[in-house]
Amino acid sequence: MANTYVLISSQVLASSAASVTFSSIPATYTDLVLRCSARMDPAGAFANLYIRFNSDTATNYSDAYLSTGNGTTGNSGRDTSATLGYLGLTDANSATANTFGNFELYIPNYTASANKPYSSITSLENNTATQGYANAAIAGLWRNTAAITSITMTSDASQSFVQYSTFYLYGISNA
Amino acid sequence: MTDTPQAVEVNCETGEVTTRPLTADEIAAQAVAAQAAADQAAAQEAEAAKVAADKAAAQAKLAAIGLTADEIAALSK
Repeated sequence: MANTYVLISSQVLASSAASVTFSSIPATYTDLVLRCSARMDPAGAFANLYIRFNSDTATNYSDAYLSTGNGTTGNSGRDTSATLGYLGLTDANSATANTFGNFELYIPNYTASANKPYSSITSLENNTATQGYANAAIAGLWRNTAAITSITMTSDASQSFVQYSTFYLYGISNA
Repeated sequence: MTDTPQAVEVNCETGEVTTRPLTADEIAAQAVAAQAAADQAAAQEAEAAKVAADKAAAQAKLAAIGLTADEIAALSK
């Protein structure tokens, strides 16, 4: 049973950035938790969020996702050989001003010599009538046996996190 | 101001924060992910449109054989 939550590092963006990376992550914990509040700058009410481990840009990521969609029709799907791991959705340019989406990423056994599963929950309320994407749940896998030493959050095109997007990386120990 | 997307990196050991342009590989990976997301969205929209069209066609056929609107609605509950 996890019994500690230690802040490893945090970042509050002073200006926009296309990606945010936590590098040189210590191997002294059992699990990792990443909590973020983010908004991105592409046109539209929402933007896709992605993750990259250890700077790996090969097709080593897979995921299955479930989203409440526009509140009327949900959607689901999967990626089998992606170049980034899917994290979910966050607010974008046409969402209500100053609204940010939240997400939490959980990575168990990040130093184990095995492929790395992760889970992500995203929630956003952009208060728009037609694209009020609210929740998404993702089960993901990074097919690599190396210990995770860096985590990068990014999007799927030339998009940036806006100022004041925040990122907190926690370590969890089981002893 | 620059047009090149910038990456922020936080070193968890030292606390040092650096900013650099995205690499070509990082940009390429984003482009692949963008295309995959667009393809999935298009496929889901097409599927939803087909389901809606099939539903409308089925309802029209049921009406043509004499079912009332309430009876047709009851079938989908």
